[in-house]
Amino acid sequence: MSMTHLPYIAAAYGLTIGLAVLLGATAALRLRRARARLAAIDRPARAGRGENR
Amino acid sequence: MNATHSLVARTGAVFHRYANPGRFLRLGARLQPWLTWPALALSIAGIVWGLFFSPADWQQGDSVRIMYVHVPAAWLASSGYAGLAVCSLLSLVWRHPLADLAAVEIGPVGAAITAVCLATGSLWGKPMWGTWWVWDARLTSVLVLFFLYLGHIALIRAFDEPQRGYRAAAILGLAGAVDLPIIKFSVQWWNTLHQPDSITLTGAPTMSTAMLWPLLVCTLGFTLGFAAIVVARLRAAVMESRIRAALSARRGRGRAAPDSAHDSDVPGGAVA
Repeated sequence: MSMTHLPYIAAAYGLTIGLAVLLGATAALRLRRARARLAAIDRPARAGRGENR
Repeated sequence: MNATHSLVARTGAVFHRYANPGRFLRLGARLQPWLTWPALALSIAGIVWGLFFSPADWQQGDSVRIMYVHVPAAWLASSGYAGLAVCSLLSLVWRHPLADLAAVEIGPVGAAITAVCLATGSLWGKPMWGTWWVWDARLTSVLVLFFLYLGHIALIRAFDEPQRGYRAAAILGLAGAVDLPIIKFSVQWWNTLHQPDSITLTGAPTMSTAMLWPLLVCTLGFTLGFAAIVVARLRAAVMESRIRAALSARRGRGRAAPDSAHDSDVPGGAVA
């Protein structure tokens, strides 16, 4: 199957998909890191509250 | 006058009901898979449909397939900024605690999608118009929108005190909304190289349904994807804010009572 204007189409789709993947991956990684960090901070706090009871 | 005040107060109460960071995190966690997986499925289906199964245009040939990424990007560039303007309004009028954070997170995603809109428009324009760029009203007003996004991002970071940055950016976000009707009506108000809208709310679409359906699927997929990315970034921002609040509370207690520094530490609900 041959397309007319293929380089333009490939560049447009490549750019769009590439940027979407980049935005999605950075958002997912940032969320995972924040969740892990918050859990790490929260864990000793909960343990601390348990000890104080 | 009193009625206006009570309407503003009631509207504010409704918005603040959903402003609690803990409630937002729970809602966001529930919403995330319902946004992410349909976004992926619809975007992939729409792109494959548009690339391989929709017909080529009798005049434009296959270059019309760029429409399936360009039009959703253009729609999201404008609607993303509309979302940013709503957040600005919520921040300025009701001091909504999540509105500033939401505006901060929408900005870069909106700027990226506007850059995609401009780039894919150029890639479509070169084979069809014979030029990458013309200073016509539609293209120029979208370029202005891109600069508004960049200005919003820069303004937030321009102040040492974050609250001043949020306020200045909210004013820009609200003032910049004047560009949205200019973008929308530019093809009617001025004689532009850009074609008029093929899909309107009031009239029947001027394109074949064989092209319309994959375009709608792509638009819905990209819109859900935009929302999924913004919600994920906003959830991360709320968590990062809680981390900062917890660490600062821990440091404060450490200075006040060094012996009991490890006793308890509850992350606060502070947002930015």
